[in-house]
Amino acid sequence: MSTALVTDLTIFVLALLVGFEVIGKVPATLHTPLMSATNSIHGIVLAGALLIGVTAHTVVGYILAFIAAVFASANVVGGYVVTERMLKMFRRKAQPQAAGPRVTAQVEAGPQAELDGKTRS
Amino acid sequence: MSGFTGSIQLVYVLAAACFVIGLHLMNSPASARRGNQVSMAGMVIAGVATLILLIHDGTVTAAGWIVLLSGSLIGSAIGLYAARTVQMTAMPQLVSAFNSVGGGAAALVAIYEYIETEANAGGVLGSTTVFTLLDVIIGAVTFSGSIIAAGKLQGIITGQPVIFKGGRLLNVALAVVAVGAAAYMLTTASLPALLVVVLASLAFGVMMVLPIGGADMPVVISLLNAFTGTAVAMAGFVIANWALIVAGALVGASGSILTKLMADAMNRSLANIIVGGFGTGDSAIAAAVAADAQVRSIAADDAAIQMAYASKVIIVPGYGLAAAQAQHGVAELAKTLEDRGIEVSYAIHPVAGRMPGHMNVLLAEANVPYPQLREMDEINPEFGRADVALVIGANDVTNPAARRPGNDISGMPILDVDQAKSIIVVKRSMGTGYAGMENELYFDAKTSMYFADAKKAMSELTAAVKTLVG
Repeated sequence: MSTALVTDLTIFVLALLVGFEVIGKVPATLHTPLMSATNSIHGIVLAGALLIGVTAHTVVGYILAFIAAVFASANVVGGYVVTERMLKMFRRKAQPQAAGPRVTAQVEAGPQAELDGKTRS
Repeated sequence: MSGFTGSIQLVYVLAAACFVIGLHLMNSPASARRGNQVSMAGMVIAGVATLILLIHDGTVTAAGWIVLLSGSLIGSAIGLYAARTVQMTAMPQLVSAFNSVGGGAAALVAIYEYIETEANAGGVLGSTTVFTLLDVIIGAVTFSGSIIAAGKLQGIITGQPVIFKGGRLLNVALAVVAVGAAAYMLTTASLPALLVVVLASLAFGVMMVLPIGGADMPVVISLLNAFTGTAVAMAGFVIANWALIVAGALVGASGSILTKLMADAMNRSLANIIVGGFGTGDSAIAAAVAADAQVRSIAADDAAIQMAYASKVIIVPGYGLAAAQAQHGVAELAKTLEDRGIEVSYAIHPVAGRMPGHMNVLLAEANVPYPQLREMDEINPEFGRADVALVIGANDVTNPAARRPGNDISGMPILDVDQAKSIIVVKRSMGTGYAGMENELYFDAKTSMYFADAKKAMSELTAAVKTLVG
C-alpha cells in the first residue's frame, strides 16, 4: 500500500470522526437545513467532474465529463441556494412582514448560550 | 507531488476546513446561516483552485473546455431554478434529487477513471481500483435509489410499499451480481464487467427503495445521504483529492447520524425498514380498542372555545399538515391565541414529516419563531400542564399503545399527548396511520375529533376564536 493511499485513508478516518463530533451537536430543529447543507458540500464532486477534463480526449470521455458536470453543478448550486433560503426563515421572534437587515442583526445577537441549552438534548 | 499540485492540495484543505467550520456553526439556528456562508466560501475556493489547476495543466482541449463549461452552466441553471422555486413541503424531494445527482456524478468520475486506466494501461490495475469499484457501486445505487425516493415523495410513484413475490430474492441476486462482477474486476480489468456492475447497482437501487413506504422516508433519505457522501469520498480516493475525501466523510457521518436518529425514533432497526412493508406483514393484530369505545366529534365553535379559554396550548403537527399545506393556517391560529395571552408551543416528533426536521422548516416558513419549536424529550413533560393539545395530521407518533408491548409500534418513542387535560384531533377521517393501527388516543374520554381538512380546519378555528370576545 502506497504512502499516498495511507495518507488518504488517514484523512478519511479523521474527517469521519470530526463529522460525527460536529454533527452530533446540531439540534433537531435544524436537521432539514443540515441535510441540505451536507448535500451542497458533497457538491464538491464538481471538482472531480472538472478534473475528468484533464485527460478526456474521446467522445465517451466528453459525454461522461458533460453529464458529471451537469449533475455536480446542479447539486452544488441548488444545494447552497436552497439551504440559504431555508435558514433565512428561521427567526427568533415572529416578524410582521419581510425581515430587513436589522432583524438579522437581532437574530445574530440572540443569547446563544441559553438557546444551546434549550435545543440540545 | 510537484510544488504546484502540492499548493493546490493545500487550498483544498482550506476548503475542507471551511466545510467543517460551516457545519460546526449549524449547532444553533442563530449562527446556522453564517455556517452555510462559510461552507459556501469553501466551495468557491475549491472551485477556483480546480479551475487554476485545469488552466495550469494545459491539457484540456478546446472541446473539453466547452463540454465542462456548458455542462456546469446548464447544471447550475437547473440547480438554481429548482432551489428558488421549490415549495418547502417539497424539500424532501429536492434533497433526494440532489442526493441522486451527487451520487451519479461520483459514480461517473469513477467510471471515467476506470475506462481511462484500462485504455491507457492496457489492463494494469492501480492501487485504488477497490475504491473505484466501491464508488461505482455506491454511487449508482444512490443515483437510482434517490430517483425512486424522490418519485415516491412527489407522488409519481405510489408511496405505498411496492412488494411483489420474489422481490427480496431479486434484491439479493442483484447484490451478488454487482459485488461478484466487481470482485472479478479486482483481478482482471474488464469493461463488460464494469457495465454489469453499473447496471446491477442501478437495478439494486430501484429495488431497494421500492418496497419502502412513505412514512419511512426520513430514514431512507438519511441513508441515501450517507451513501452519497461515501461515494464522493471514494471518488476522492480515486482522483487523490483531499477536499473530496473530507467532504464525503463529513456527509457520510451526517447521513449516518441522521439515519440512526430516525430509526431510533421509530424504534425499528435499519434492516427492518429496508426489508420494508410496515403493517403489511403478519402482525396485523389491532390495538386493544374496546369494541364499545366511543369517538367524540366536535365542531369548530366548541373547539375554539376550548382553546380560547386555555392558558397553555401545545400544537402537535404531522405529515398531514404538510400534505394539506396548512402551515400558514396553523401559524395564524397560534398567533390569534397568543394575542389572547395564551402560551403556544409546538411539539415536534423526530420523524414527523417526510425527512428529518421537515416540520421545523415548514413552521419556520410560516414565520413561527424557532424557540417555540420544541423537541420531543423537551416538550413531553409539559403535556401534563397543557389545557389543550391540538393534533394536526399526526397519528402513530401520538398513539399511547406504543407504551405497551405486543403491537406494531411497541417501544416507539411517542409524544405524551394523552397527558394533556383535553385533546383536539384534526383529521379528515378515522383512517389509520402508517402502521395500520387504530389510535387509542382517539377513543380517550378527553379527546374530541374535529373531522376536516387541516387547512380548512385552521381557518375555521381561527375565525371562530376571533369571534369570541374577551
